[in-house]
Amino acid sequence: MTIQGWTLILLFVAMVLMLAKPVGLWLFALYEGRRTPVHCLLGSVERGFYRLSGIDPTEEQGWRRYAVHMLIFNTVLLLATYGLLRLQGLLPLNPQGFGAVSEHLAFNTAISFAANTNWQSYAGESTMSNLSQMLALAIHNFLSAATGIALAFALFRGFARRSATGIGNFWADMTRVTLYLLLPLAVVLALFYIASGVPQTLAGSVDVTTLEGARQTLALGPVASQEAIKMLGTNGGGFFNANSAHPFENPTPLTNLVQMLSIFLIGTGLTYTFGKAVGNVRQGWAILAAMMTLFLIGVTIAYWQEAAGNPVLHGLSVTGGNMEGKEVRFGIAASALFSVVTTAASCGAVNAMHDSFTAIGGMIPLFNMQLGEVVIGGVGAGIYGFLLFAILAVFVAGLMVGRTPEYVGKKIEAREVKLAVLAIAILPLVILGFTAIASVLPTGLAGPLNKGPHGFSEILYAFTSAVANNGSAFAGLSANTPFYNGLLGVAMWIGRFFIIVPMLAIAGGLAAKRHTPETAGSFPTTGPLWTGLLIGIVLVVGGLTFLPSLALGPIADHLAMVRGQLF
Amino acid sequence: MGKDILSSLRPALVMALLFGTLLGLAYPLAMTGIGQMLFPAQANGSLLYQDGRVVGSSLIGQNFNDPRYFHPRPSAAGKGYDGQASSGSNLGPTSRALADRVKADVATLHQNTSDLFVPSDLATASASGLDPHISPEAAFYQIDRVAAARGMPVARLRALVTQVIERPLLGFLGEPRVNVLELNRRLDGIGANGRS
Repeated sequence: MTIQGWTLILLFVAMVLMLAKPVGLWLFALYEGRRTPVHCLLGSVERGFYRLSGIDPTEEQGWRRYAVHMLIFNTVLLLATYGLLRLQGLLPLNPQGFGAVSEHLAFNTAISFAANTNWQSYAGESTMSNLSQMLALAIHNFLSAATGIALAFALFRGFARRSATGIGNFWADMTRVTLYLLLPLAVVLALFYIASGVPQTLAGSVDVTTLEGARQTLALGPVASQEAIKMLGTNGGGFFNANSAHPFENPTPLTNLVQMLSIFLIGTGLTYTFGKAVGNVRQGWAILAAMMTLFLIGVTIAYWQEAAGNPVLHGLSVTGGNMEGKEVRFGIAASALFSVVTTAASCGAVNAMHDSFTAIGGMIPLFNMQLGEVVIGGVGAGIYGFLLFAILAVFVAGLMVGRTPEYVGKKIEAREVKLAVLAIAILPLVILGFTAIASVLPTGLAGPLNKGPHGFSEILYAFTSAVANNGSAFAGLSANTPFYNGLLGVAMWIGRFFIIVPMLAIAGGLAAKRHTPETAGSFPTTGPLWTGLLIGIVLVVGGLTFLPSLALGPIADHLAMVRGQLF
Repeated sequence: MGKDILSSLRPALVMALLFGTLLGLAYPLAMTGIGQMLFPAQANGSLLYQDGRVVGSSLIGQNFNDPRYFHPRPSAAGKGYDGQASSGSNLGPTSRALADRVKADVATLHQNTSDLFVPSDLATASASGLDPHISPEAAFYQIDRVAAARGMPVARLRALVTQVIERPLLGFLGEPRVNVLELNRRLDGIGANGRS
């Protein structure tokens, strides 16, 4: 570890904290349906969209209607993507002449992008045409992110409203977030990326004669426009196979910093928006404090392990930290930091190959996802996931003091706790269940590249990433098979929508409740005691469940690594 | 429930179409137009030309095997630095395949130098397989070989490498690094006699 590395990490945290409030205020304006400066430019687009699709943006939707409209919209988009990928060979903007994407890969990819996961069983530069990248895939980067933020708004309204039947209007939330937040930011970021060296062209590739006279073909495409929203929407699906490690996706240390900041930008902003929505910004800061504490613990361990390096290679007279699967321009600190950011925030973009991290260094990204993607988390998904843990935490606190738990002015009763536990229990059930299936079936065991405990880690990582809707991989796993594409596709769908529906049910139930004023007997949900309790609940509920699986994978791998045992 | 589904169909279909046009076509095509206009060099891959031919991209590494050139890191992209198959090795910390590969590379590297230890990046594959950089240590490590192959004084090469080292931006962004293609292009420009 170096002073330069820690400077980067601490300045990054400072920048994230400074951006939380302005972004949170912008989001709060959209939450309330107030005008923003961008309305002058795109206000007519918003109104036109409503008119053409017959939407009344002022209609208040109950939680069931909100959920159904959200699900149908996402299903339509998913089917459109499946169709576009299957017909790829017949469609324009395909300079490399790629054929149709196979049924199982198109199934997996369509769900993956619709569920804000962006798990990729394919290599972009040898599979997807420019049209597929732009229209079939990147559109989800906007809309799955906007859906996530809309859902967070719905839950905020559940806490904020009193004796209400509606939790907002899905179409209005989704459209406003897309037009007044995601699109303008994506335009600015895309221009910055192009200026920094990220290609933006409709050409498919360019041929090069190297200095030694060999031929090299460089894949190109409309990369920058996709890169901008891929980070901002915590989607993470790369244009190229190597994702943000590819010099054309992430050419400089400065673009790397901007990418990391864009991953956290909206997720941290939403914690502030939550505080504003419930009328006490300290509620939001308490959540952000818990998230950042968990984040910093993760970064410290990952950076320490990667900087310490691999003793197996030290034994072969290779000095220094672990550079296998890392880029020289980023080095160890920025690679370790990126890996924790991307898995804390459900993004899944990578600037280094997690599969080649040291055993414990690679366990941190895995563990971040197993906590349920609530350390900042995906845009929208992070905060609503975290609020489920908050409900659980006030319930536990209520049990300890023997009072009906309350949270931000709402009584938390049996219905809320049951639904929260349902949503939270899905995660370990599907991750561990599917990992177990893949670990005993021959078609599952054919997947891992690495042998020994690291091979098991590859399988565990894949299902964790799918259910947590992260999308990063221990990429040695050969996942482009009917078995993995199918099972991972199902896992991603469950991981997204089986959490959303109980969450919306909670939102609807809470909105209908009366306000419970805070009394001397209320458990305070701001301040260090509460933050500590939140961290404890996340670690115990989210983390402890997975300890046995971690012992079989990364921990066994670590013990082998320090003994120099190879597989 | 049935009523909710029915009422959602028109907005869902029309919104998918409208947003598809706006976000999937208008946005990327507008960015392409603006990018090509404002930053044509970057938007087309930061290509490097020599006598009218494209010899590479300043952002993408390429293979060098000739002892007269500085060599890049091992690459897992296709058969090495394949610009259409970016990839890391994905070998884990306890992989025998990784240890065997490193052992072989280290043995080759040791033939041309008296240094006992190999800088980490020179014996490990990058994440993209297209890493254009090596660390300054990895460049200095290769000086003896290049000097012998070119008949150039070591001091002259040392000065050249020092000249092309890129430093961290603002002191904390990025690692000190050397672009191998740029270094080798300068090397060719200088010529074997050590004079420009």
